[in-house]
Amino acid sequence: MAVDLEQPSNFITTRLRQAVNWGRKYSLWPLPFGVACCAIEFMSTVSSYNDISRFGAELVRFSPRQSDLMIIAGTISYKQAPVLKTIYAQMAEPKWVIAMGVCASSGGFYNNYSTLQGADHVIPVDMYVAGCPPTPENLLHSLVLIQEQVEKEGLVPSTVRHPDRVGA
Amino acid sequence: MSQQLVERLQREFGDRILAATGMHGDESVTVSRQDLPLVLAHLRDQEGCEQLSDIVGVDHPERAARFEVVYLLRSYSKRHRIQVSVDAPEDEPVPTACGLYRSANWHEREVYDLFGIPFSGHPDLRRILCHHQFEGHALRKDYPIEQGQECTRPENLFSDEDIAHAARRANEMSSSPGAVVDELHPSDLLTINLGPSHPATHGALRAECLLDGETILDARTEIGYIHRCFEKEAEDHTWAQVMPYTDRLNYCSAMLNNSIYAMAVEKMFGVEATPRAQAIRVIVSELSRIIDHLVCVCTNLVDLGALTNYWYLYNVRESIYQSLEKLCGSRLTTNYARIGGMSHDLYDGFEDEIRVKLQELEQGVTDVTKLVARNRIFLDRTVGVGAISTADALNWGYTGPCLRATGLAWDLRKEAPYSGYDQYEFDIPTGTNGDTQDRIMVRMAEMVQSRRIIEQVLQKIPGGPVDLDDPRMVLPPKAQVYGSIEGVMNQFKLIFEGIQVPAGRGYGFGEGANGELGFYCISDGTGHPYRMKVRPPCFPIFSSFTSLVQGRMLPDAIATLGSLNIIAGELDR
Repeated sequence: MAVDLEQPSNFITTRLRQAVNWGRKYSLWPLPFGVACCAIEFMSTVSSYNDISRFGAELVRFSPRQSDLMIIAGTISYKQAPVLKTIYAQMAEPKWVIAMGVCASSGGFYNNYSTLQGADHVIPVDMYVAGCPPTPENLLHSLVLIQEQVEKEGLVPSTVRHPDRVGA
Repeated sequence: MSQQLVERLQREFGDRILAATGMHGDESVTVSRQDLPLVLAHLRDQEGCEQLSDIVGVDHPERAARFEVVYLLRSYSKRHRIQVSVDAPEDEPVPTACGLYRSANWHEREVYDLFGIPFSGHPDLRRILCHHQFEGHALRKDYPIEQGQECTRPENLFSDEDIAHAARRANEMSSSPGAVVDELHPSDLLTINLGPSHPATHGALRAECLLDGETILDARTEIGYIHRCFEKEAEDHTWAQVMPYTDRLNYCSAMLNNSIYAMAVEKMFGVEATPRAQAIRVIVSELSRIIDHLVCVCTNLVDLGALTNYWYLYNVRESIYQSLEKLCGSRLTTNYARIGGMSHDLYDGFEDEIRVKLQELEQGVTDVTKLVARNRIFLDRTVGVGAISTADALNWGYTGPCLRATGLAWDLRKEAPYSGYDQYEFDIPTGTNGDTQDRIMVRMAEMVQSRRIIEQVLQKIPGGPVDLDDPRMVLPPKAQVYGSIEGVMNQFKLIFEGIQVPAGRGYGFGEGANGELGFYCISDGTGHPYRMKVRPPCFPIFSSFTSLVQGRMLPDAIATLGSLNIIAGELDR
């Protein structure tokens, strides 16, 4: 963005991409895909002490059509996987995904017949947050990192992101 | 008392009681499959066993009759409990207990799902925890733990036929002579899917409701979305390694799970923790109960549209979390208890800090009580909603706050005191109607009682060591490990081979935040559990959900669901 200081006027010049991304970055609407322990820490992150609204992301939407940041908070089982896939598909582009905690990132210490070994087997993931469960500070940090990523992206959403990571 | 019950059973049934054993105070009788319904009916009707707490399947691949099914029964009027076990060769059906106990429905489905034992006469024998495309039976000893199976589509809970049937039934019910009623067509009905990712389910569970307008004609529930194979993982780990997995059962009150699990294993050894460890367990358990109830109450109120309470109560919770984090390094998943003691002692200044937090709690509870207790909207939404009678609740397998809300003052801390609960004075809050309002108010009152208990413990925490002086289960002090060969060996054996729990079986239980939390353990003398069955309080409670909401409005279902406090981690394990 640029402001012409020598000839004061009521307009500023910028790139369209930057202006749009600036808006997107500070108005992420999270969809908590809360399934397990991490969802409880997500609730702590939203509550007044940690206050996620400091980052412009307090408008929690449970409808995928109204949200652009999916936070997978908890263990994804094989039974849950098709549901996760459907909900991700229902979100409008552009959209981002945070895998909160080790279960969503890699299955965690549940290496067994029922647990999907990471949500990225089903949908693309932008940010992995360590911890079991991660502390609210940790989750907020990942939100800031997502904001940095949003700033750098192009205007037109690509149809498939991270094609190499998407499983069958 | 339970011993006399076994004697009475032997007099009544003679040779048909094939065996009777009593270990660690758990009396158990073995009967044949044919006699099972008879014995269960006798126990229910003549011996006052109102509740079937759990059904445990066990796999013994080396035996001729490969499987064993154990029924855990409890009498509330006569205050005894007994286990009935039957042998079940592969593919031979066991008669169902659904006609006697409604809680049997889901318990039998679980045994069928995980072991493949069929139950003859069961009304709806489907898988419950594993998905519908799963092949094989996961808890059989020959099923490899890491063999995952993909699921490509979710299951439809209502078929077109079911919908047509529901419409027909609704028409039959409403047709009275002379009345002009519009005929209901199947296309008038609407199915609404609540979950598995829905704000009001507070976790991964699913209820599909069939609606006529806003009235629920029928509801079907599905669980297993967060089945994390606790029981299979337990068999794959040493007894000590199971502890962190217990954190994640009811993740809202991890300390309670830790303590009760440690107690269950100590019971297998026939020992009790030191007085100091017991006092610490009581403090952290009651703190856990408080934060569990806080989450339940505040999310329930959010569902009813009262968001302010969430801000008030979560501040208290956050404040307690900070102390827990200081105590054991983690906020939610604490992993604090150990078999034979605790991970470490309390930190300096813990007592004073907790006293301050308890005052904050009092403030929070008072504020919220002021906001809701006489609030018109709250009362309209909760009074009479999702009500259940004491007898029904027992039959469905209710325990804990949901049972006490029906008016029965039953608390395992009083009935079967453990960890020194008998030294402390506290009341058992009860409700009258067993409806949503009662459940919320019982939880609010229980937080106050928990505060009372903690304050009494804080006044007289006994000194002395936290861990038992028992090399069979407690790691030696570091000075010994570095200074003596015995110390090194002891440490090495406990870490690599695990704690050698004596062969046998035992059922350790305690009052969890949601009700009776039990661990049914079988040890074969190696360092790993042979079988570990959790008795999760939510499981039987959620099985009654359909009967609570049928015929009510959809918003009532949301209010009811929140007040039952179904924690998915514990429900599906």
